[in-house]
Amino acid sequence: MDVAALLISMGSMGLLGVLFSVGLSIANKKFHVDEDPRIAVISEELPGVNCGACGYAGCVNFAEYLVKDEAEISTCGVASAETVKEIAGILGVEATTAEQKIARIMCQGGIDETAKKAWYVGIQSCLAAHILSGGEKLCEYGCLGSGDCLDACPFDAIRISKNRLPEIIESKCTGCGKCVDACPRDVIELHPESHRLFVLCKNHDNPKESRKVCSKACIGCKICVRAVGEDQIFMDKHLARINYEVYGNESVLPTDRCPTECLVVIKNKKAAEALEHTS
Amino acid sequence: MKLFIIFISAAVVNNFVFTYFLGICPFVGVSKKLSSAVSMGMSVTFVMTISAGVTWLIYHLILVPFHIEILEYVSFILVIASLVQLVEMFVRKISKPLYDALGIYLPLITTNCTILGLALFSILRNYSFVESLIFGIGAGAGFTLALVIMAGIREELELANVPKYFRGAGITMIVAGSLALAFMGFAGLISI
Repeated sequence: MDVAALLISMGSMGLLGVLFSVGLSIANKKFHVDEDPRIAVISEELPGVNCGACGYAGCVNFAEYLVKDEAEISTCGVASAETVKEIAGILGVEATTAEQKIARIMCQGGIDETAKKAWYVGIQSCLAAHILSGGEKLCEYGCLGSGDCLDACPFDAIRISKNRLPEIIESKCTGCGKCVDACPRDVIELHPESHRLFVLCKNHDNPKESRKVCSKACIGCKICVRAVGEDQIFMDKHLARINYEVYGNESVLPTDRCPTECLVVIKNKKAAEALEHTS
Repeated sequence: MKLFIIFISAAVVNNFVFTYFLGICPFVGVSKKLSSAVSMGMSVTFVMTISAGVTWLIYHLILVPFHIEILEYVSFILVIASLVQLVEMFVRKISKPLYDALGIYLPLITTNCTILGLALFSILRNYSFVESLIFGIGAGAGFTLALVIMAGIREELELANVPKYFRGAGITMIVAGSLALAFMGFAGLISI
């Protein structure tokens, strides 16, 4: 072990490092851009996740536009109510919050419910499977279960169940919408927290075809439509859709005669999840 | 004459993107719009030229005399990272819109294998100081050329009727491969 070489290496690299650091700090001062100090303070207040759901390139960028008064604080779905109040205080504006949105998986077709058309042996990604002739599921509209949404979620609010279906952990979901973008089949939708009734299916095929592919598909039988009327639930090519403006936010099933149980009321899980975490 | 050959070789014949497959990340990442492709190409050329010069100096004035050539990689990365920081500050001051447009791709130049590859190649080929600089300019020009061609094609592809399962990544890779094949036509034009 040549001590001289060791010392020379450490010395020269150290010297170079110091030289460059000094150079960079001088350059920093010389190229300094005067910035509104509020931008730095607001960026600290914001969640700092850089999820981009607000439509801007990260939290700092959002802060810049907030200061210029070209953005609304409520655009950030991730910020908590207190954060919004703080930022409103810094900017000297009224704090307004939009309703919290939560992601919903509009599919109940897991391994137990669906039929396969092939064995998929490839990259374990929903997008990869979807590109390769639509993956292994017979249903062209359903969830592929490989978890692209789980990978995309910056808040760890999604887990995949044993039945290969994603489950949203409501207390962690901020409605940023990254999972919606990640899903190649548009199975995930963002709904305001108050929406409770859902048709958990995206299958537009006629009854004969839908029955073949999944036991929980919406077959388009119209029993729900006939129960409450076309203004509350309407058909979109053999798929029932709820008109939330007319139906309202009631946690009541319009009918319990849905043959495939795709019409579901999702109860408020936040309380249950809180218990789960403490137990 | 040798300088001219070095320039043409780096820019066209042995294009860093199409022959050595270096710098694929910004190549695919920044080539969506022609304007950002040109800006990125110019930033990379600037960093390449200066780092070619500085790394040559460090190698021949510090590493060789003290027989510590083994620190080649370490010192080169140091130089490249600092230069990119400098470029970022410079761009931010001179043109904020350009800075916003390039965004995350500026730091990406740091981990860009093209720049390190350039520095290592010029050491390997025993270029003189001036030759290294010309090599840097040529490689930057070649990289810009690759980016601009790709950006132009991708902008056209936005309006084209791409088969369903090829859209996005698929057609991009196919185009990149076709371009690489096309550039192979230059092989043997100048032997270096």
